[in-house]
Amino acid sequence: MAEAHPVGFQWVMEAKRRGATIIHVDPRFTRTSAVADLHVPIRAGSDIAFLGGLVNHVLSNDLDFREYVVPYTNAAAIIDERFLDTEDLDGFFSGFDTERGHYDPESWQYDGTEAAPAAGQRDPAQDTGPHGSSPDGGDSKDLHESAASESHGSGGPPVEGKPPRDETLQHPRCVYQILKRHFARYTPEMVQEVCGIAPEQFRQVADALTHNSGRERTTAFCYAVGWTHHSVGSQMIRTASILQTLLGNIGRPGGGIMALRGHASIQGSTDIPTLFNILPGYLPMPHAAQHQDLDSYVEGDAGKTGFWGNMRAYAVSLLKSYWGDAATAGNDFCFDYLPRLTGDHSTYNTVKGQIEGRSKGYFLVGENPAVGSANGKMQRLGMANLDWLVVRDLQMIESATFWKDGPEIATGELVTEEIGTEVFFMPAASHVEKAGSFTQTQRMLQWRDKAVEPPGDARSELQFYYELGQRIREKLKDSTDEMDRPLLDLTWDYPTEGPLHEPDGHAVLREINGTGPDGRALSAYTQLEDDGSTSCGCWIYCGVYADEVNQARRRKPHWEQDYVASEWGWVWPANRRILYNRASAAPDGTPWSERKRYMWWDAEQHTWAGSDVVDFIADRPPDHVPDEGATGPDAIGGQDPFIMQTDGKAWLYAPLGVADGPLPTHYEPPESPIHNPLYRQQNNPSRRKLDHPANPINPSYSEVFPYVFTTYRLTEHHTAGAMSRTLPYLTELQPEPFCEVSRRLAEERGLTHGDWVTIVTARTAIEARVLVTDRMRSLRLGDRFVEHVGLPYHWGPNGLTTGDSPNDLVNVTMDPNVYIQDKVGTCDIRPGRRPRGPALTSYVEDYRRRAGVDTADPTNGRTEG
Amino acid sequence: MTHSLHGRLDDVTGDAGYADHPKRKGFFTDTSVCIGCKACEVACKEWNQVPDDGFELTGMSYDNTQALGASTWRHVAFVEKPVHPTTADLGLPGMGPPGFGTHESGLPQAAPAGEDQATASGDGALRWLMSSDVCKHCTHAACLDVCPTGSLFRTEFGTVVVQPDICNGCGYCVPACPYGVIDLRKEDGRAFKCTLCYDRLKEGQTPACAQACPTESIQFGDVDELRQRADARLAELHDRGVDVARLYGRDPEDGVGGDGAFFLLLDEPEVYGLPPDPVVTTRDIGSIWKHVGAAAATLVGIGVVSFAGRRR
Amino acid sequence: MGAKAFIELWPVLRQLRGADKLGRGSAVMSSRSEHLRPRTTTADRVVDSVCPFCAVGCGQKVFVKDEKVTQIEGNPASPISRGRLCPKGSASTQLVTSPTRETKVRYRRPHGTEWEDLDLDTAMDMIADRVIKTRREFWEWEDDEGRRTRRTLGIASLGGATLDNEENYLMKKLYTAMGAIQIENQARI
Repeated sequence: MAEAHPVGFQWVMEAKRRGATIIHVDPRFTRTSAVADLHVPIRAGSDIAFLGGLVNHVLSNDLDFREYVVPYTNAAAIIDERFLDTEDLDGFFSGFDTERGHYDPESWQYDGTEAAPAAGQRDPAQDTGPHGSSPDGGDSKDLHESAASESHGSGGPPVEGKPPRDETLQHPRCVYQILKRHFARYTPEMVQEVCGIAPEQFRQVADALTHNSGRERTTAFCYAVGWTHHSVGSQMIRTASILQTLLGNIGRPGGGIMALRGHASIQGSTDIPTLFNILPGYLPMPHAAQHQDLDSYVEGDAGKTGFWGNMRAYAVSLLKSYWGDAATAGNDFCFDYLPRLTGDHSTYNTVKGQIEGRSKGYFLVGENPAVGSANGKMQRLGMANLDWLVVRDLQMIESATFWKDGPEIATGELVTEEIGTEVFFMPAASHVEKAGSFTQTQRMLQWRDKAVEPPGDARSELQFYYELGQRIREKLKDSTDEMDRPLLDLTWDYPTEGPLHEPDGHAVLREINGTGPDGRALSAYTQLEDDGSTSCGCWIYCGVYADEVNQARRRKPHWEQDYVASEWGWVWPANRRILYNRASAAPDGTPWSERKRYMWWDAEQHTWAGSDVVDFIADRPPDHVPDEGATGPDAIGGQDPFIMQTDGKAWLYAPLGVADGPLPTHYEPPESPIHNPLYRQQNNPSRRKLDHPANPINPSYSEVFPYVFTTYRLTEHHTAGAMSRTLPYLTELQPEPFCEVSRRLAEERGLTHGDWVTIVTARTAIEARVLVTDRMRSLRLGDRFVEHVGLPYHWGPNGLTTGDSPNDLVNVTMDPNVYIQDKVGTCDIRPGRRPRGPALTSYVEDYRRRAGVDTADPTNGRTEG
Repeated sequence: MTHSLHGRLDDVTGDAGYADHPKRKGFFTDTSVCIGCKACEVACKEWNQVPDDGFELTGMSYDNTQALGASTWRHVAFVEKPVHPTTADLGLPGMGPPGFGTHESGLPQAAPAGEDQATASGDGALRWLMSSDVCKHCTHAACLDVCPTGSLFRTEFGTVVVQPDICNGCGYCVPACPYGVIDLRKEDGRAFKCTLCYDRLKEGQTPACAQACPTESIQFGDVDELRQRADARLAELHDRGVDVARLYGRDPEDGVGGDGAFFLLLDEPEVYGLPPDPVVTTRDIGSIWKHVGAAAATLVGIGVVSFAGRRR
Repeated sequence: MGAKAFIELWPVLRQLRGADKLGRGSAVMSSRSEHLRPRTTTADRVVDSVCPFCAVGCGQKVFVKDEKVTQIEGNPASPISRGRLCPKGSASTQLVTSPTRETKVRYRRPHGTEWEDLDLDTAMDMIADRVIKTRREFWEWEDDEGRRTRRTLGIASLGGATLDNEENYLMKKLYTAMGAIQIENQARI
């Protein structure tokens, strides 16, 4: 955190000053480790085993916060008797389809839940729900490929009502007991064997964690891509969620799990997505198999309990904001104008399509995949096979120049004159040259005012896309082709301002906020209607323009407010700073302790009180019991703090919504030097592979690729480098690509500190200077050591200093929920620089041959274990 | 009024001829909370428009700017020191069997009291010391004493600043500095170093490095108040068993009469590349200055030159 | 400046008359030093902004003089950052004033070996034409199973995590109306 989010880390240092214990779990000893109380070196990719060990520690020693766990979680819920655990099936859950490589979650459900409607899940990835089937009768694979688990970004997936409960937690099929059995084998000894963490150190962490949780104290977890960039990434984070929920650390001050996201508005670009599988506010993109009209689209949620029960209102309001007056009840509010998914349309699959000639036009907007995406060669091969490419950036990035200076030009795999891609480099406006809002990592929207005009031809994306849309609409204005109706009916008329006639960002934000029948800005998403009388571009952002005021522009200094600082910026939803904060009070509505007082029930005023906006129905008392058969928000009981879940409870066990199992299970990364010590199953069986000759996978436990590599950032640089290795003041601080290894590894391979080394995988080989350092630890796993090669990934062929790009080494194997690649792989490392020109290709080919990599069937080999 | 060249001097600003002057300003750099982010280096360069210092991977841990110089006015040193579990000099209980003490607060002490840049790690402990170095703005500043042009001078804030409109690049100041801070910029010829953001101070603003510092490792303020803060922090660390903590440059009785920019270190000064016992290099050449008239004569000549230069 | 005034400025005179007998302080203060002012106070305007690097969202103050950015520093009022910035945030002035920033449209024709100049308006028009053509060429009413899809797989987009919410909103809106679905950003990378 000190490395990549130094200013956020000030709060950790402040907590430390006040007595907090800081524990840093990371393969490397970083700048965070340097000021932590304890650094726990861990083998990259083994976090589920470590966190699972902690869950086991809590459960087997009865250290959970029972007064929190019983009422607020689904620990008491009883699960279908057909459910079989990885304990029963040696690494698999029930419902695995070996042929298709995915799970049918039918047997994972709450006991006795009703059959789901035949169609119309909000969640096509879990296509059928309990006992159901998709409308075309097939359990087709492509439904599983729509990354729909991600559409739960603002709430859980829909289950059928509330499950039977055993609040004594003794029922053998209750979640608590299932959890206990599932994690029983995650012992401290197993943690050592998988992660390389000694039992004594494991115990230190476990004790710190459990002693610092409960009524009086809370513990927080912070993570970044060390958890997300894995073929089991979602499940790593789920393990932490289970742990934090068992300890009562969710919804309370000083608790939670904090995602430290890496880009100024990466949260915003998920909320208002430039992502294939979702529409604004985590509404799913419709799927061709199930969503041919609005009714089927919302059917999975309509009538459900919790706030997703109003999904139809959110969807209709979005359609109204897109198509305005053209969207009417009579034409299903133009639902048919929405394009449909049929499977995986994520970035890596798109690149494969580009290589195979199925996708010919490409916009790159402030992103540099030639350096920043996994398997850079695939990225460049894709870009070299387009009709046209538009690159918008501040500096001349590698993704715009691959046709003349990419690594494949040097090896002869690509020839400039043979590349037919037409490239438009469009200079972009910087953050001070346009007004707009970023959503930072705590869901806070903060408005930036414009300081100066952009230079030369530089323009904002707001202006670029507005004008592009205008031109396209103008060119098509006489078209009678039905395919052009969505473009021509689009509401695309924004006021412009300034010498460049830029669209007014405030007007766009106001459209996102939404307006009511009177044309006035709405103030809360609870005002949204499903009859077309309201419009709203992103329901979770409704309220950001309440009272016709840009709430994201509020800048009341922190010294004029309390520590919640609710008048700085605006946090979705509803300016709520801590999610699920009803859980900061005990079931009876009183604070868990004075020390951790946050929100509480004020019986006199008959309302929830505190400095934050309560994440609950403000006047619903703690003893409220909903009527039988209530739906939507009416079904939320007074002790159901997790209001976006259909059952109002935090899910220790996920009966739906996670593609690779209801509980996290440790699997080895797709490339690993060891056999999975926990199960016979080596890899995540549902991991998403990308079969392509340019994406060969190193066989597991190969002696040719004996070391683990992992990529990461440095404080001094930013992602793929366009915003940092172009600046002298940052470049001088970390002027060259380098890798880091332990003394033991250096000795084993004859590497000299400061010299050049070559790092090889089945994809390619790169060179870098090597730092031999005690900060890289040799990890003892049973009777062997595992060594890491650490690789900061910020460099490429352009910029003030240049070098090979470590992402060229990374294979593409993805998490099945969110399609994020695994940044951990295996490699060899040798002294000296890599071969040049075509010699590089044959050098890597020789490694592939020795390792037995079959490029014709690249992802098979010995990886299944 | 005496005009001291060494020894304790409580009103260095008054000594430099400022009758009504603000309190002496300085830095207290608490290296125990430094995270080595180098924001100070960049913020300094951005504000003072200092050029980059070349792009060289040094292999000295994460330190690639190497030392203070004419184009590096803040410099973060990185020192990697493995600590074996048996080494007790950090006040670390090491990696013994788990069994934790308890804070007064009732907080269980989960980790060894791995205090500030010294952390239990795996099968041992490791220290990664980071420290942001800067011009010390000495009470007795030899650079200033030897400057023949009056370019280096004591400001109304008690800081030591090069006046670039006066400096003629003679370089006398360079060997005079006991810390090796001040240097000539090759492309330019003149001497440069930290000004403690002299221009910002004039408007009551915080120097750029201290304002940027995420963890308050660099603290700016009145020197007397900073000294109290440093004493309190040192006592706090000693209470917590961090016996290696020490102050550097805080003592008004030391060889430079105390520094305007002083430090809390977690090891011997040499480990950070700092001289253990710096002495003002002009300490013993007071006789040269005995005859103020002689010095003034020099200044007259140089003064003419510099004025002439400025009118261009 | 008259001769007398000029003489008065001589350090040696100030030194002899004033309290700075050794000529190490007030006596040698140059005119530049005396009149030095930080450019934060001489700016024409100060604009509130947010750091463009990571997702912490540190507050920034942007100082503008003569329509140029002269300084960007932390905003002390921010409850997130309290005026502090990391090295990247501290380099923001250099980021936005970088001499290596591209400010002209560059064009590489198919099979070309060098960049060419292209007028912005022409480029915009060409891109609009490319979108229309590729969209038509790769239009798909139904997939191979006969399910209605109403889309094109011919056009893809990558990026958004460094952009504003309003920009992402317009992008997704326009792409969706185009029928383009392969819209992605850094959140998955």
